[in-house]
Amino acid sequence: MANVPEDLHYSKDHEWVRVDGDQAIIGITDYAQNSLGDVVYVELPKAEEEFAANEAFGSVESVKAVSEVFTPVAGVVVKINESLADEPETVNSDPYGDGWMIRVKMSNSGEVDSLLTAAEYEDFTKAESE
Amino acid sequence: MIDFGGWDMPVQYPAGTIEEHLRTRTHAGLFDVSHMGEIDVRGADAIAFVNRLTSNDVTKLVDGQAQYSTLTTPEGTVIDDLLVYRLAQDHLLLVVNASTTDKDWEWIKSHHAGEPVELNNVSSDYCQLALQGPDALSILQKLTDLPLAEIKYYHFNHGTVDGVAGIISRTGYTGEDGFEVYAPADRAEQLWNKILDAGDSGSPTGVIPCGLAARNTLRLEAGMALYGHEIDETTTLLEANLGWICKLDKGDFIGREPLARQKAEGVKRKLVGFEVTERGIARDDQEVVVNGELVGRVTSGSPAPFLKKNIGFAYVPVEFASVGQEIKIDVRGRLVAAQIVKTPFYKRPK
Repeated sequence: MANVPEDLHYSKDHEWVRVDGDQAIIGITDYAQNSLGDVVYVELPKAEEEFAANEAFGSVESVKAVSEVFTPVAGVVVKINESLADEPETVNSDPYGDGWMIRVKMSNSGEVDSLLTAAEYEDFTKAESE
Repeated sequence: MIDFGGWDMPVQYPAGTIEEHLRTRTHAGLFDVSHMGEIDVRGADAIAFVNRLTSNDVTKLVDGQAQYSTLTTPEGTVIDDLLVYRLAQDHLLLVVNASTTDKDWEWIKSHHAGEPVELNNVSSDYCQLALQGPDALSILQKLTDLPLAEIKYYHFNHGTVDGVAGIISRTGYTGEDGFEVYAPADRAEQLWNKILDAGDSGSPTGVIPCGLAARNTLRLEAGMALYGHEIDETTTLLEANLGWICKLDKGDFIGREPLARQKAEGVKRKLVGFEVTERGIARDDQEVVVNGELVGRVTSGSPAPFLKKNIGFAYVPVEFASVGQEIKIDVRGRLVAAQIVKTPFYKRPK
């Protein structure tokens, strides 16, 4: 069973958002990393790049495939997780902790309210697996 | 699970592709390759018949020996790559790819002009398991009385595995030592479970079941072609670096003339191996750029888990085909630097 922390917000593209004031930390969920398999490469944007909600900000590669990752909220990138360049496998081993990908300053903090709760995301992934 | 050539197959098992790949190189990996096709050729003219349709020299085989070869088109391009097994002077077994089994069968039948040869598509009669890695021999030996150390590379024998009669062949698609076991189709599960058990699959140094992704990364590291990627009906044997199984002097075979011509004139493009030299992973079908010009295409591109590099094969014009040549790969809009290297990328220690 995939791990779905209660205190996070989720998107239907399997990203999670942790709110920290007016900033959002974003990564991919345990369900996503498990489906992808071993992550061998992570492509992240540069600081100060701006993205709209649901825009692709980078990509995650497994041995076999490339998947885009989307930001559930609009904002400007303030920090990226540089350690993923040398240790992409952290996305697999710690998707909600050290496997975080980007931190953005949200354009509109209210946007997180339209994301899925942990319970809603869990239901969503159950339905997807069927 | 995915559909691979009409077969329902796992991309990976729970341990994941990288672990499957590394364990195969350090201990042993087990692959269910029952999707491969088998075509039985019997009769007084079996050898002559197959020799006419394939590029390697079947007359060089002795009983109990196999060879890598290709079925060729009249243009000298590749219908399929395959193994030709000589069971007896009047009995050959052709082992072909899953996605091309039907095509190959139709092609072979269409060239049967009444000579004394009996053809049978026996693909559904066989299962095939491949046990590969430095521990493969010691694991399989637990299940058979056949002295496996006496079977040389690309040779085979009849024997039993866990009491099941079959062919045990010292061949494989990983670049490691290992065996491929051909047995009756309904014994696949028994053999699979028994080999995993004999190989202590629960242990971190035991045999590991491997899916399609690891099968691909292993064969790529070992510099082996995959039909539909490095070779197909648009690539000649000489362009694909398969001159070593193209025996122009053996006598006539389909496609011999254009190949002989190409050998004399020289190829215009060549299959090369490359290593990505900056951050990025080259993928299948991406464009190869030299001096700002599109000159070729990646046929297979992937991370290489054992070598810890990102590698691939590509066709490039012969003038750019030298080892050391710097090229660029268009990775989704970004030009990533790579360099042509010698193949195989990986060679197992002696």
